[in-house]
Amino acid sequence: MVATRTEVSTRERRWRPDRAGAPIVLVLVLIGGTVLFGDSFASGQNLRNIALDSSYLLLIATGMTFVILSGGIDLSVGSLLALAGVLTAYGAQWGSLVAVALPLLVCAAFGLVNGLLIGRAMIAPFIVTLAALLFARGLAFAVSSEGNTVHIIPADLLLTRIGQASWLGVQAPVWFALVAFGLGWVLLNLTRFGQAVFAIGGSQEATELMGLPVARVRILVYVLSAALTGMAGVLIAAQTSSGLPTIGEGRELEAIAAVVIGGTLLSGGAGSLSGTLAGVLLLKVIQNLINQVGTLTAYYQQVVSGTFLIVVVLVQLRLARRRRR
Amino acid sequence: MTDLRTALPPRTEVVAFLQVAGVYLAIAALLVFNLVFTPNFATVTNLRLQLVQVAPVAIVAIGMALVIASEGIDLSVGATMAITAALLPLYLGYGVWVAIVISLAAGLLVGLVNGSLIAFAGMQPIIATLGLLVAGRGLALVFAEGRLTEIFDPTLNTLGNSAVLGVPISVLLALVITVAAGVAVHRTAFGRRLLATGGNRAAATLAGLPVKRTLVTVYVLSGLLAATAGLLTTARQGASDPSFVGLLIELSAITAVVVGGTPLSGGRVRILGTLMGALLMQLITATVIQQNLPDSAARMIQASIIVAAVYLQRGRGAS
Amino acid sequence: MIEVRSVRKHFAGVRALDGVSLSLHAGEVHALVGENGAGKSTLIKIITGVYRPDGGELHYRGEPVAFARPRDAQAAGISTIYQEVNLVPLRSVAANLFLGREPVNRFGLIDYRRMHRDAHEMLTRYGIAADVRGRLGELGLGVQQMIAVARALSTEARVVIMDEPTSSLEPREVDLLLGVVAMLRERRVAVLYVTHKLDEVFRACDRVTVLRDGRVAHSGPVAGTTRLRLVATMLGRDIDEVRRHGATTFGDEQRDATGAPLLHAEGLSRRPLLDDVSVDVHAGEVVGLAGLLGSGRTETAKAVFGADPVDAGSIKVGGRRARRWSPAAAIRAGLGMVPEDRKAEGLIADLSVRDNIVLAALPRLTVAGFLSERRQAELVDTFVKRLRIKISHPGQKVRELSGGNQQKVLLARMLCLHPKVLILDEPTRGIDVGAKAEIQALIDELAGLGLGVLLISSELEEVVEGADRVLVLRDGAVVGTFRGDQVSEDRIMRTIATAAEDDDD
Repeated sequence: MVATRTEVSTRERRWRPDRAGAPIVLVLVLIGGTVLFGDSFASGQNLRNIALDSSYLLLIATGMTFVILSGGIDLSVGSLLALAGVLTAYGAQWGSLVAVALPLLVCAAFGLVNGLLIGRAMIAPFIVTLAALLFARGLAFAVSSEGNTVHIIPADLLLTRIGQASWLGVQAPVWFALVAFGLGWVLLNLTRFGQAVFAIGGSQEATELMGLPVARVRILVYVLSAALTGMAGVLIAAQTSSGLPTIGEGRELEAIAAVVIGGTLLSGGAGSLSGTLAGVLLLKVIQNLINQVGTLTAYYQQVVSGTFLIVVVLVQLRLARRRRR
Repeated sequence: MTDLRTALPPRTEVVAFLQVAGVYLAIAALLVFNLVFTPNFATVTNLRLQLVQVAPVAIVAIGMALVIASEGIDLSVGATMAITAALLPLYLGYGVWVAIVISLAAGLLVGLVNGSLIAFAGMQPIIATLGLLVAGRGLALVFAEGRLTEIFDPTLNTLGNSAVLGVPISVLLALVITVAAGVAVHRTAFGRRLLATGGNRAAATLAGLPVKRTLVTVYVLSGLLAATAGLLTTARQGASDPSFVGLLIELSAITAVVVGGTPLSGGRVRILGTLMGALLMQLITATVIQQNLPDSAARMIQASIIVAAVYLQRGRGAS
Repeated sequence: MIEVRSVRKHFAGVRALDGVSLSLHAGEVHALVGENGAGKSTLIKIITGVYRPDGGELHYRGEPVAFARPRDAQAAGISTIYQEVNLVPLRSVAANLFLGREPVNRFGLIDYRRMHRDAHEMLTRYGIAADVRGRLGELGLGVQQMIAVARALSTEARVVIMDEPTSSLEPREVDLLLGVVAMLRERRVAVLYVTHKLDEVFRACDRVTVLRDGRVAHSGPVAGTTRLRLVATMLGRDIDEVRRHGATTFGDEQRDATGAPLLHAEGLSRRPLLDDVSVDVHAGEVVGLAGLLGSGRTETAKAVFGADPVDAGSIKVGGRRARRWSPAAAIRAGLGMVPEDRKAEGLIADLSVRDNIVLAALPRLTVAGFLSERRQAELVDTFVKRLRIKISHPGQKVRELSGGNQQKVLLARMLCLHPKVLILDEPTRGIDVGAKAEIQALIDELAGLGLGVLLISSELEEVVEGADRVLVLRDGAVVGTFRGDQVSEDRIMRTIATAAEDDDD
């Protein structure tokens, strides 16, 4: 009982390029943007635009982080965003409470069905959420009479007034997103539920053998993702005073990209919400910069996002392989 | 230690039967329903329209079936169609055949990238092809500068809208591709390698099969077929529309494959079933429309069918 | 503490346990040994509630119990440490120790400071030095296994079951683990220690139970037995009457290997599984690899065939060295292998018998990429007849065949390539007596035709009677070579049983 190997027990944090990548690139891009475009980029109005644009994605990506950390994927968020927006506008005729509660409940129900099919019926997450993507989009169109009816949210409604308000120069959706993000951070990092999410993504089998309620956690993760997406949908509707069934297409991919760029392993088990925040900002700042370059069309945004996603995953694979040696 | 797997739970024969014959039964039921309740259903015009509409989906689905047989998935097919559509008008100036070859080559290239990322870099198929889904559509829009371009080319017009012996060319092409894929799967060394790789990759490697080459090939085929579908769609519409061509077609293709009886777990494939799966989804959409139900209903029905089909297929691969 | 009374368990008609009884006492380390398929895993799974017995009873602390799932057994104080570390490598050491029962403050939030402090204390208690904040996966497997032990113990376990906990550990990590086992004994915990390493039985255990073919073959104090006796019992041999089970179908003639070897593998190393293993196989020679489970038999075969990477070593076939070694390259060079795990690594269950047989020979059966039906049929017909594979028709799904016929299909797959050297890993495991005899006769016949064979078997008689030369492996290294008349079960068993200390440096 003497042959104890002394492990490196220093406190120093090992340099992890997969984690630090997004924030560093973000800083570089911010500096680059300021140098290249000066005031048109670094102006208060432009930064406010970036913040507002990021807030919806941050909400969705926060939920997506939980899902991906647990080893799953949620492709239904883009459609749920549209559905939530349409339901908000539709529900607004009965007042603010209905306008908020209806979309949140419906989205949570979608998440619950997703979770049950994945966690209990053991169907692959991507198939289940793909079907939910179709179903939710269909429902969004059905509620808005195939897109022919656009429900308008009255301007004097409390929802509109809150949704379009600003506080300390920052728009309401940004505040909502930050609060949700903060609560999400606490949930992920400071509760047993969060630890279980990480553990399940790391090894579902081991987690089960250690006696944790794996199925329940997996179900809740999808409910959370759907509910946060619903919240984003409500905020978009309040901001634009209407709900369109066509919005949100491709949002699921953007959210996945943000999460993965933020250093979360797509296979689950490791990652962080702070990384996701950096990933969201990075994507939105790059998109903004592409818009600044007059000669580049907005479509370059997608090219950059997709390429970025692949490069980041390639780097992750490389690092994982080296660590295994 | 010994691996004493518990035997599969006994499945009811009804489920087993549905897995194999479900798609044919459903098609028959829908046909009967429409013959009885839908006026002008059994007209040549209507039937031809249905077939023309299903052809691109069927072609993409055949490629998807091969990919799924290799235990993979290809989400980038719609984006590949968009790239094809975007490139076509750009190179028409050099002659229509040059344009066609280039757009097909683009599909091949997308497949090559997918396949390399999966086979050599070891990336999960879903994420590699997801990346190309996003980047590919963006690239297509960049090429086309986001515009819809009308195309006036007699060759493409013939390709898209003419018929041989009353059968539209695109439908003929879909049939030829189905037959070719069937032959490839059942009669060639490639098909055997594909099923072995998808069925048991460890065993395929130990039998000395070129597993990585097989994987790359299957994604290249899927890319080529998607490009073909993009070509046909563009030719029929007489316009290159990279924003909308092939949008969400990956879902329809996966649905067709699964509904046609191919399990997502790899190692098995039903080519004819896939064709029938595509036809079934088309018939559902047509029925919904002709019964004056909204398009949104079609989507929701489709979604429910996907889940039901996968639920029924589930466990067939695991044994 | 725990008493298992004549427990029986069947799986799809296969008998896994047949009237097994075992009692486990507080403060006692009870070794459970046996070869593959003896029923060790099944027994553990019954105790921990993964399986339900078909018959017999389980008593825990004097009362009959039936755990419905692992969680219930855990809650009752029975902790299990598995062969593969069952923790989450991506999480920190502390997170793994406390997963599911993290210390929380009054707001229900995790108190990391307390968690890290407690974790640190816990590890110190067992003499493990590791950063509790570091990722578990970055530690050595030994330390990981120790942490699994620490986790199991922190749940106030009264019974600890260890399922081959040292199978992937290095010697010094094994020392560490055995130290903890001793500590458990002092604390009056009952330990069921499953292993196939005899050293550990004698170093750490008080009693030993040998399982063979689902029955208890021996049970008693460790002090009252010898290594040799244990090996004999595990392998089902009686020292005094070695030939009780009757002869195999191998012939008697002795083949002399001369000239350059067909296969020459030198210095194969892959820590910690293989340590400088060299193997030569000559034309017409059957070389046996003997050793207990985990001694490096299969690892050697896979390294030679290019299926597993090696840290060092070289392989020559027919005097030529291949540059990039892979199964495909090995097959081109003239090797063939039938793997140990038929289902996982051999059969393509969804394909037909015909497709499975011709799989590796596809390039020879095609005309411009198309498979020639005629050539396939000829080939399949030849081998179905030659190996007497019982099938209804060549299109029959291979999953429907019996184990013996499945094994013949895999043999046919390799034989139709006309290999120079054939590697057979447990070619007769789990198949019926008739097929077994046929395969043994076939090995003899092939060697007579000039094929080199590398034969791995956990059945000693198969190696002794089938091989011209036997290499004995222990802990990933060759510890003895016997040829010709020297080959005997007794010698091999003695070599396996020799205490590891004898050749420690």
